[in-house]
Amino acid sequence: MRFYLQKIAFYVVALWAAVTLNFLIPRLMPGNPVDIMISKMAAAGQPITAGTRHALAIELGGSSGSILQQYGDYIVNLLHGNLGISLTNYPEQVTTVIGQALPWTIALVGLATVISFILGIGLGMLAGWKRGSWLDNLIPVTTMFQAVPYFWLALILVLVLTRVVPIFPFAGGYDVTSTTPGFSLSFIGSAIYYGFLPALTIVISSIGGWMLGMRNMMVSTLSEDYIVTAEAKGLNPRRVRMTYAARNAVLPSLSGFAISLGFVVAGSIVTEQVFSYPGIGQLLFTAVSNDDYALMQGVFLVISLSVLAANLVVDVLYGLIDPRTRARS
Amino acid sequence: MDTSIAVTNKAGDKPTRVRRESSLSRLLPSRSAKLIVGLIIAGVIILWGIVGPLLVGDPHAISTDAFAPPGPNHWLGTTQTGQDVWTQVAYGTRGSLIIGFVVGILATVLSAFFGVLGAYIGGAVDEGFALFTNVALVIPGLPLVIVIGNYVPQNQRGLFLIAVVLAITSWAGSARVLRSVTLSLRNRDYVSASRVSGEKTWRVLVVEILPNLIPVMASQFVFAIIFAILGEAGLSFLGLGASNTFTLGTILFQAYNDLALTQGAWWWFVPPGLVIALFGCALSLINFSIDEIINPKLRNQTRAARKAWGLTAEQIKRLEKEDVK
Repeated sequence: MRFYLQKIAFYVVALWAAVTLNFLIPRLMPGNPVDIMISKMAAAGQPITAGTRHALAIELGGSSGSILQQYGDYIVNLLHGNLGISLTNYPEQVTTVIGQALPWTIALVGLATVISFILGIGLGMLAGWKRGSWLDNLIPVTTMFQAVPYFWLALILVLVLTRVVPIFPFAGGYDVTSTTPGFSLSFIGSAIYYGFLPALTIVISSIGGWMLGMRNMMVSTLSEDYIVTAEAKGLNPRRVRMTYAARNAVLPSLSGFAISLGFVVAGSIVTEQVFSYPGIGQLLFTAVSNDDYALMQGVFLVISLSVLAANLVVDVLYGLIDPRTRARS
Repeated sequence: MDTSIAVTNKAGDKPTRVRRESSLSRLLPSRSAKLIVGLIIAGVIILWGIVGPLLVGDPHAISTDAFAPPGPNHWLGTTQTGQDVWTQVAYGTRGSLIIGFVVGILATVLSAFFGVLGAYIGGAVDEGFALFTNVALVIPGLPLVIVIGNYVPQNQRGLFLIAVVLAITSWAGSARVLRSVTLSLRNRDYVSASRVSGEKTWRVLVVEILPNLIPVMASQFVFAIIFAILGEAGLSFLGLGASNTFTLGTILFQAYNDLALTQGAWWWFVPPGLVIALFGCALSLINFSIDEIINPKLRNQTRAARKAWGLTAEQIKRLEKEDVK
């Protein structure tokens, strides 16, 4: 019980930190949204009056009053699910805009990450089990893919698989002309078809890390005494591999899974940009390039919260799989 | 008489000499093929980053020779405005390396501060530092960098600011590892002995504990460099990189926005990414060798060695059968 209480306390602090960071960044940074907007309008040759400044200040949600009062307003708005109004999609609420983009990213990044994790763990296990085999010698090659920038790999895949050999669509989330979003077979098929290349990018560039980590843990675990005992008992090698070695070796990878999620989300932001995928990353980029501050803050908050939530899930699972973590704390 | 002295001298010298050699060679990475290949690739790229810009012309010089494929005049072809890609890659490599090393150093210092110091002091400080580290770990880095980068006006977004922001978002993972290693080190007998014998706190930390952390920190430094170069490339690709700097990410940004993809101008965007990938790969190879120092179990082929003790597959099978009986 104490284990879970500690975890809950940690997540409360992390949640507070994410929310507060989201509040503080715009106020600590040298740039001021209102000033940036005014200089842009001035550059575009629009007339600037004192009223313009005031109107912008209200529109961009800069509530007056002391910083504590602003913080209070911010928290209250947040609890009401009010993240402000998006400038790029003008009368729309930020929450609505994010709500449209979020399922795309969760499906794409989530599925790709899980596929990459399972494949990487499996291959890493085999590589560690048979050291010096061809699979083991393949590991340095896959780590090279890990050092490849996500978006560059995406560019290469686009060049090869949509230009040279045109088998995949160039951009987008689904076929806009022939299908409409909904729970129809044609739409889901189209979404998978369009999501294949972005997903492939994520899998290729993240699988190396899982393989290497699992392989190294497997090698370390195999030199433990209980493996020798298991082999000496004459247990079936498959049983030694799965139940004795792999099960213990997978634990660090599992806790690394949570940590790496933030990295995967970050990588996919830029990848989505290359594929014009209608997800959160694309939204963040739109917000950034149009100085849509409310949307930008909202997207950052949602990304932080999703990473936190994924961490929580992994933490709870980890506690179930490895009883020692519960006992030790 | 003389000979016997010489013999004892020899006998007396030899063990110490042998021991010194072996302890030194234990500290250095074993000279495996991985390490040599990694060092050569990384060395060539670093050298190219330093010397290259001095040998080539102005990366921004335009010419009428637009979208020219690689040829004798332009080794890596030209961009949309006829700029020489080879020249640009030379400058971009230098820019990316500078960012990488600055962030690597900053992140290592930050992680050492929060990881080692907290764990050594212990108590409430450790709890506080550990909590801070874990919170920093779950805040997604690149989105934070993008948001911060956008709030800073273009003219103030210098190289150092981008480096600091990247460092702030990348130290936490290393700090967590350093903390756990330090926690196990500080309770070792030799540390207690040096503390009891009256060594000052800073001396225990710097002379007794830090040397044992160097392999871990070296590997983290190498990873921080890769992370920084990748992160900066991503930022620059989105057009949010440092102003007045020219990195490999900047080239990719220009290539993507000037439709190199639709023009099929692969020579414009393949080389910059390839340099990043090769450099990252070289650093990973170096890291493998460092890993083998940290974790001796990775060094010798334990399982393969056990199998090589002479038991053939038939013998193993026979033993298994006997066991079943």
